[in-house]
Amino acid sequence: MQHENSGNIIRLFSGFIRGSLKLILRGNRAYWLWLAFLGALIVSGALAYTAQVRTGLGLTAMRDQVSWGFYIGNFTFLVGVAAAAVVLVIPAYIYDWKPIREIVIYGELLAISAITMCLMFVLVDIGRPDRFWHLIPPFGHLNFPRSILAWDVMVLNLYFIVNFVVATHILYRAYHGKHYIKKLVVPLVLLSVPMAVGIHTVTAFLYNGLAARPYWNSSILAPQFLASAFCSGPAILLVVLQLLRRFTRFEIRDAAIWKIAELMAYAMFLNLFLHGAEAFKEFYSNTQHLLFTRYWYFGIGTHHTLVPYAWSAVGLNLLAFGLFISPHTRRNWITLNIGCLATYAGVYIEKGMGLIIPGLTPDALGEIYEYYPTMTELRVAAGIFAVGFLLFTLMLKVAVPISLGEFHDTEGAEGSAQPRGSAVGEKAYSRA
Amino acid sequence: MANDDPVTEGGSRSSHPSRRLFNIAAAGAAASWVMTSCGPKRLYEAPKARLQTLIGELERKYHDQYGKDVQVSDADAIPGVQFAYALDISRCIGCRRCVYACVAENNQSREPQIQWIRVLQMDKDKGVDLSHANPYYQPEQVPEEGHFYMPVGCQHCENSPCTKVCPTGATWAEKDGIVVIDYDWCIGCRYCMAACPYGARHFNWTEPTIPTAELNPNMHYLGNRPRTKGVVEKCTFCIQRARAGRYPACVEVCPVGARKFGNILDASSEIRYIIEHKRILVLKEELNTVPRFFYFYAT
Amino acid sequence: MRVKPVLLAGIVLSGVALMAGGWSEPWGTQTPPAAKSTPKAADERVEVAPPPFSEGIYPCSNCHSGMPVDRKRRELTAMHTDIVLKHDETHRWCLDCHDANNRDVLHLASGEPVPFTESYRLCGQCHGEKYRDWRAGVHGRRTGNWNGVKGYLLCASCHNPHQPRFHALTPKPAPRPPSRNIPGAKGSL
Repeated sequence: MQHENSGNIIRLFSGFIRGSLKLILRGNRAYWLWLAFLGALIVSGALAYTAQVRTGLGLTAMRDQVSWGFYIGNFTFLVGVAAAAVVLVIPAYIYDWKPIREIVIYGELLAISAITMCLMFVLVDIGRPDRFWHLIPPFGHLNFPRSILAWDVMVLNLYFIVNFVVATHILYRAYHGKHYIKKLVVPLVLLSVPMAVGIHTVTAFLYNGLAARPYWNSSILAPQFLASAFCSGPAILLVVLQLLRRFTRFEIRDAAIWKIAELMAYAMFLNLFLHGAEAFKEFYSNTQHLLFTRYWYFGIGTHHTLVPYAWSAVGLNLLAFGLFISPHTRRNWITLNIGCLATYAGVYIEKGMGLIIPGLTPDALGEIYEYYPTMTELRVAAGIFAVGFLLFTLMLKVAVPISLGEFHDTEGAEGSAQPRGSAVGEKAYSRA
Repeated sequence: MANDDPVTEGGSRSSHPSRRLFNIAAAGAAASWVMTSCGPKRLYEAPKARLQTLIGELERKYHDQYGKDVQVSDADAIPGVQFAYALDISRCIGCRRCVYACVAENNQSREPQIQWIRVLQMDKDKGVDLSHANPYYQPEQVPEEGHFYMPVGCQHCENSPCTKVCPTGATWAEKDGIVVIDYDWCIGCRYCMAACPYGARHFNWTEPTIPTAELNPNMHYLGNRPRTKGVVEKCTFCIQRARAGRYPACVEVCPVGARKFGNILDASSEIRYIIEHKRILVLKEELNTVPRFFYFYAT
Repeated sequence: MRVKPVLLAGIVLSGVALMAGGWSEPWGTQTPPAAKSTPKAADERVEVAPPPFSEGIYPCSNCHSGMPVDRKRRELTAMHTDIVLKHDETHRWCLDCHDANNRDVLHLASGEPVPFTESYRLCGQCHGEKYRDWRAGVHGRRTGNWNGVKGYLLCASCHNPHQPRFHALTPKPAPRPPSRNIPGAKGSL
C-alpha cells in the first residue's frame, strides 16, 4: 500500500509536469512572438555576460569612483516589486476583502519572478561569481549579523522559499482538486507580510547604514523604499491581470483592480512626500551633503547626465499620483494603464539609477565620474528581465488554467474530484 | 485522513518520511563536513600548518606565472604592536613619488592602472575640503602657488565600516591594526568600496598586469601578492615590510620626509612624539571611523 | 573592537608620562625629565649618513692650511664662486659657520668647533624646533627600521646649507581618470 503510493506520487507529479509542458507549448501567435522576443533578449544577455565574465566587470561603466551601477539599481527596484506582491495580501486578509483574494496567487508568482531576477542581478554584478558559495554556510562564511548584505541574502532567499512553497503548493493542490493544507499555507502567507516589509527594509538598510554616503545615510530611506515599492509592484500586476482577463477566461472584478489602484495612489503620495522631505532637508540645510541631491536634480558644473531622468521621474510619479487619486481617472481603463506605466517608469528611474548613482557621485574624495550603463550592461540587464518575464509567463500559463479548473489531474488517487470555477480563489483562501 | 492525501502520506518502508528525512540530513551533514574540512576556506585565523601549505602553493603559482622566484611571507602580527601612520601636510609637495613607490612595492596592476595612494591638490584658501580636491593636477613643478597637497589611502580604521559590511568576512583587521583582504575569499561584491568614506579600496575591473621585471618578489600572503580580476585591494601598510620591522615604501621614498610610521604603543616612536607635540587631525572624524592614519602640521 | 582600549590607554599613559616629566614646562618649577619621548638625550651623538661633500672638496685643509685668514666680510671672487649664500645672508657670511682657524670643522655661536659629521648641532642653534623633531625622527626623510635602528640623514643631506630652500620638483604623472573604455576590449560603450 505504501509502495503503491510512492509510485503514485511520481506518476501524479510527472503527469503534472507533462500537462504543464503541454500548456506551455501551446499558444497563439502572440504568445510565440512574445516567447521569441524574450528568447532573443536572453541569448543576447547570455552572450554579453559571457564577454563580461571573460574580460571582467571593466566591460561595464562602473569604476572605482562609482562602484555600483545599473545592475544594483535594477536589483533594488526589483526587490521592491517582489515586496509589493504582498500589498495584495494585506487587504485580502486584514480587510477580508474577497475580490482581492483571487489574485493573491499572481502576486506571489510575480514575487517569485522578481526575486529570481534580483538574485540574477546580484550574480552578474559580483566580480567572482564562481565564489558565490562563499556566502553559504557551512561551506562558506556569512558575516551575520554585522553585514547587512548577509541579512539581505538570508531574507531574500527565505522570502523566495516562502512564496515558492505557498504558490506551488496551492496550485498543485488545486490541480488535484484539493484544498491547500491550511496548517502549512496560512502561517506562511501571514509570515510573508512582515517578510515583504522585511526584505525591502533590509535592502534599504544596505544603503542606509553607510555613513560614507550621505545621500543614502538618511533615516527616511527605508520608509521611502517601502512606499515606492508598494506602487511599482502592483503597477505590473494590474497590467498583467488586465491581460489575463483579455486573453484567458480568467475573471477578476473591476472593483479589485480599482482598489489596488487606490492603494497605489496612497503609496505614491507617501513616496512623493518623503522625496519632498528629503529635498527640503538638503536644500534648506544647505550643507555639503547637498552636492549629491544637486547632482541628481541640477547637475554639477558640466556634469548633468542624469538631470533629464530626475525630472522625468518626478513628472511621471506626479502624473501617476494624479491619475490614481481621482476615482474618475482611476476607473477609466486608458488613464489607469497610463498611470500604471507612469508609476513603473517613474519608480524604476528614481529607485534604480536615481538611488545608486547620486549616492556615489561625487565620490568619497569629491570626484565626479559620470556613470551611465554600457551596451554590455544594458544587454545583460535586458536578458535578466527577459528571464524574469519568461518565468512569469510560463508560470501563468500553468497557473491560470489551474485556477480556472481547466488544468487538473485526470487520474488522481482521489478519483474525479473536479473543482470548477476559480479553484484557487474562493476555496483556496476560504479562511473566514 | 491517512489515505486521502498522496502528498503528505509516506511511501514504502525505505521511503518512510522520517527515515527519508534522516537520510537526507545525514547526507547533507556528510557533504558539509567534507566541504568545510577539505575545501578552500578563508585565511582569517588560518592554522599555521595550513598556511605553510598554502604559501608553498602560492610561491609555485607565482613562479609559474611570472617566471621569477618569489617569497611569500606568513609573518604574524608582532605582539605589543599597534601600527599608526602620520602624514605632515605642511611638508607634502605633491610630487607623487609615494604613489609610484607603492605601486612598485605592492605589485599593483600597471594596465589597468591601480594606485593605492591618491594625492589630492587642495586650495589653501579653502583648507581641507574634499569637495574642492583635485587628483589630476599635472603642472611642470610642484608645489604650486596657492595649493597644498594631501595624499589619501587606506586609513586602517579602528571602527572600519568596510570590515563591518563584508558579507563573506573576506576583510578584517589584524591584531596589529592592519586591515587586510583575503584575495582568495573576496567575491567582488564591492560593498566595502561603497562603505569606505576615503575611496581607499580599489577593484580589479579587468585582469591586472605587472611586467615580470617589475614584480616585487618579496610578498606577504595578506599583502602584495599578485591579485586576480574581480577582487578588491588596498594599502596594507606594506605588511610585508612592517612585520619585518621596516618602514612602508611610501615612508622611505618621500623626499621631504612628510610620512611617519610606527608603533603607537611605543612611547619613543615618532607617532607618539607627533601626537604629543604636533596637532593631529583625521579625515571625516564625524563618521567615527577612528583612523590610524593621522594628518598633522609640523610647521 | 578589542584594540581600542589599548590604544586609548597608550595615548593616555604617554600623555600622563610627558605631563609628569614636564617636557615644555609651562608650570615652571618641575624638574626636567629623563626625556621619555625623545630617543636620544640632548647631547648624545646621532649616528648619521656621511656629509654630502662635493667631489674632492674635503678635507678643506688641503688648500686652507697654509692660507692667511681674511675675516673681512666680502663676496668671494677667487674660489667658491659657485656658492651663492641665500641663508640669512643679510646678517651672516661664511665664517659665521665655518671655523676661520680650522676649515675642516664648523663652529657654534659660542666658538666651540663641531665636525661636519655633527653639523646638525650647528643648524639646531637657530632651528631648534626642527632639530628636536629631527632627533625624534619626525623631521626629515625616514629610512631604516621602525622597531630598531632608524636611519638618520644629516640636515645637509637634504638641505643645501648655503641655499636650504628646496627646489620645486617635477611631479610624477597624474592618475588616469576613469574611462568607460578599456583599451583593447570590445563591448564597452
